[in-house]
Amino acid sequence: MLKRLELDDGGGSGAAGPVRFTFDGREMTGRAGDSLAAALLANGVLQFRESAVSRQPRGPFCLMGVCFECLVEIDGVANWQACMVPLAEGMTVRSQRGGPAVVPLPQTERTGS
Amino acid sequence: MSGANKDVAARDVVVVGGGLVGAAVAYGLARQGLSVVMLDEGDVAYRASRGNFGLVWVQSKGDGFQDYARWTRGSADLWPGFAEELKEAVGIAVGYRKPGGVHLCLSEQELEEVELRIRRMHNQAGEALDPGGDPGSRLLDRAELEALLPGVGPEVVGGAYSPHDGHVSPLYLLRALHEGFLKLGGLYRAESRARRIASDGAGFLVETEHGRFRGARVVLGAGLGNKALGKGVGLDVPVSPLKGQILVTERAERFLELPTINVRQTEEGTVMLGDSHEDVGYDTFSKPAVMSEIARRALVAFPALRSVKVVRAWGALRVMTPDGFPIYEESESHPGAFAVNCHSGVTLAAAHALKLAPLIGDGGFSRTLASFSSRRFDAEASRA
Amino acid sequence: MRCDLAVIGAGPAGLAAATRAAEAGLAVELFDEQPAPGGQIYRAIETVPAPRRALLGPDYAAGAALAAAFRASGAGYRPGALVWNVDSQLNVDFSQDGRSRQCRARAVVVATGAIERPTPLPGWTLPGVTTAGALQILLKAQGLVPAEGVVLAGSGPLLLLLAEQLTRAGAAPRAIVETVPRGRLSAAARHLPAALRAPGYLAKGLAMLRALKRAGVPFHRGAEALAIEGADHAEALSFTAGGRRQRIESRLIALHQGVVPNQQMTRLLRCEHRWSDGQRCFLPVVDDWFESSVEKVFVAGDGAGIGGAKSAALRGRLAALGALRRLGAGEDKRLAGEAAALRGALDKDGAVRPLLEALYAPSAQILAPADDTLICRCEEVTAGALRKAVALGCPGPNQAKSFLRCGMGPCQGRLCGLAVSEVIAAERGEPQQTIDYYRIRPPLKPLPLAELAAFDVGDDAGDEAGDDQDAA
Repeated sequence: MLKRLELDDGGGSGAAGPVRFTFDGREMTGRAGDSLAAALLANGVLQFRESAVSRQPRGPFCLMGVCFECLVEIDGVANWQACMVPLAEGMTVRSQRGGPAVVPLPQTERTGS
Repeated sequence: MSGANKDVAARDVVVVGGGLVGAAVAYGLARQGLSVVMLDEGDVAYRASRGNFGLVWVQSKGDGFQDYARWTRGSADLWPGFAEELKEAVGIAVGYRKPGGVHLCLSEQELEEVELRIRRMHNQAGEALDPGGDPGSRLLDRAELEALLPGVGPEVVGGAYSPHDGHVSPLYLLRALHEGFLKLGGLYRAESRARRIASDGAGFLVETEHGRFRGARVVLGAGLGNKALGKGVGLDVPVSPLKGQILVTERAERFLELPTINVRQTEEGTVMLGDSHEDVGYDTFSKPAVMSEIARRALVAFPALRSVKVVRAWGALRVMTPDGFPIYEESESHPGAFAVNCHSGVTLAAAHALKLAPLIGDGGFSRTLASFSSRRFDAEASRA
Repeated sequence: MRCDLAVIGAGPAGLAAATRAAEAGLAVELFDEQPAPGGQIYRAIETVPAPRRALLGPDYAAGAALAAAFRASGAGYRPGALVWNVDSQLNVDFSQDGRSRQCRARAVVVATGAIERPTPLPGWTLPGVTTAGALQILLKAQGLVPAEGVVLAGSGPLLLLLAEQLTRAGAAPRAIVETVPRGRLSAAARHLPAALRAPGYLAKGLAMLRALKRAGVPFHRGAEALAIEGADHAEALSFTAGGRRQRIESRLIALHQGVVPNQQMTRLLRCEHRWSDGQRCFLPVVDDWFESSVEKVFVAGDGAGIGGAKSAALRGRLAALGALRRLGAGEDKRLAGEAAALRGALDKDGAVRPLLEALYAPSAQILAPADDTLICRCEEVTAGALRKAVALGCPGPNQAKSFLRCGMGPCQGRLCGLAVSEVIAAERGEPQQTIDYYRIRPPLKPLPLAELAAFDVGDDAGDEAGDDQDAA
């Protein structure tokens, strides 16, 4: 639902190489210079997360770091503002479902189980 | 909402203060069938209630003051029924849970101190033949701690547990008390900071920026404001501010059922981190150095909180008396004027509503709550 | 670490302030959350490909000179740095590369710009609904445009500018749904003579409207009762205009109701704020050097009241002069002369504002959202719940926050604050000034607990050598 400007492809310094990443296991490609949010949108992803209160679908709203609607999990760490994070090669991105899990320590996992 | 500067019809009781203390007493009075007006400040007040950590906490309360230990334990015993009552009255679940609570000890020295306290308080209850005033705490070793609190950090040496401890949402509690009070026919006035209280033969007249309020009795539940207001009606209320800071995280998946003294997960999933003491006067700014120290202690307690994010820090002012225990007092020179002060507005909310408020109604206040009078400070001063 | 002047924000105001102060010999540190200078208005200005820059027009391209002057000025620059606390002792706590540090400044310029006014409408939280600014950022920074047409809805110059830019980019909007009520233009016309003093604005505006007309973009005027439909994402915008209910299908819908100062930092500092009826928002109170009520804290750019990019740069320079004056780093007479010239230019550039403010005042619907509309997106609090709390006696936003949790989520009230103040003011029948705003607390953005725990305020030893600049 979003497309790259054709004029950019012809013009000057914008010749950016592809950057590969995954979102919820799907392989995707963005460009150097993309924010993670822009790269996801360019790949047709509108919903980035489910809200922490009642699991409503949500996606980017302001793209300037204000609204906290574009939260995602990156490489296992929850609640990143995707619009403020530059896309990087090999990122493993997952949609944020509710709040972050507070993972217990391995030591107490042993005790608990 | 206008500031009509005219007298409002006289009530049985004027309660000054709409925080947890004032609202609990006002609710309790209205529940007795009395006509009550509750006067509150505006939107930005030094409101200790908003900075409350939300513990219903028994295990450390009343060390050296058995009546207070019994009073606290009594309130905790009333809490389950009180939460039910509020839910039925106004449909607000205040999130009260009583899974027991843990004081985590981060050093051997802290553990020793806690162990001594447990023994002291147990003996104190025993000497007074007062099983209902025993906080019932016991020490936990590492293994018990790990079973009770998954994710507790390796540097935590031990802890103290009491089955009487619990927690609640202080904000929902405040809202429920307000709504319950209104439902019982109480009159609530915000933007009505009391300026002066005068008495005449017929009762008390409370002057505010928005009108005057008359009552046969007056209860001061205005926290730090009680100090100045009390003077007009012969109440000596030696309270001073003690700043406490709290950090709150984003909502996280549930990981912690039991409240601890410095880390508690709320109903919503946010994690509250707290317990700092700063004697800085009336300053409610949050200080980064203190925020950092709170974060450090929280991570020692639960290292897995590392990447959870802090959303907000608060500085609120605790209302401290010279010995840290509550002041409950009826004026000798102006009978019918009462002061209610404490820094445990959540823990004691049930007692304030269900036990203290009726005493204001029936006149047994001074007799029943004699040991909480501020005259105890005179005695201390003369001893010293 | 220390500096003479800490500037927060690298938009036109921040760049101009940092440049001017550094040129005068002050040790300047500019902190900005973005990876490159320009702010939102000149986003990607240093790296934008030439054809895209041409498409965005000369007003955008003008930012390149500001960025270049800043780069050449010798001012310290910390991109990717989130300032999460500033206190009245001028300590600036910031997070960069996952680590928090403190910079002790002798003066501070807050240049954190504007945010879009919250637009609570039915369905505004659905994926696919963005602000107009969001689409413009995608265009500037990534060259991304809607492939299947977007519906632009609301009011304000940015909405029209975006429509025109998208049209030129070959991605004309499916429709513009404008909420400016009929008759507003004639009511605003009394500001027209004054507006003509500001060079260029009106001609540009009219040219924009003509271009949209030429391109055949459907333009619905006087729209009311907007609602976004959809289950898991936006599917259509429905509204009433011309006396009938209409519906336009689209998976992308961009909302706009003007911009307002980003108050988070000035509120955190407890600067005095006053309600502006014209701009329909709170503005920090500043003197004619743009110094706030907190000593040596200056507020430049749109953060001091919406004036646009040109005014922002002028204000930034003026704030820098104010800081030089305060720090005794310039000859008073020369500073006064330079300031007078800047004030003259500001006065002229700002002359267009009363007309824009009157014409594009926010729509009644977003100022008084329906009861079932979410007003706080983070904590999912409806306007109706807020009204009920007010009916029970709740006197203002901070009590509402306690009772309802509105403003307690990660956005910390940025997207509900103004709307909450407006609703409470309307319900209580009191002016917004009396109702006031949320208390804002640190950290200004969520901060990982581990980073906060590792933050050692008093220790400069961990800083790399050279960070410690003694005041000149």
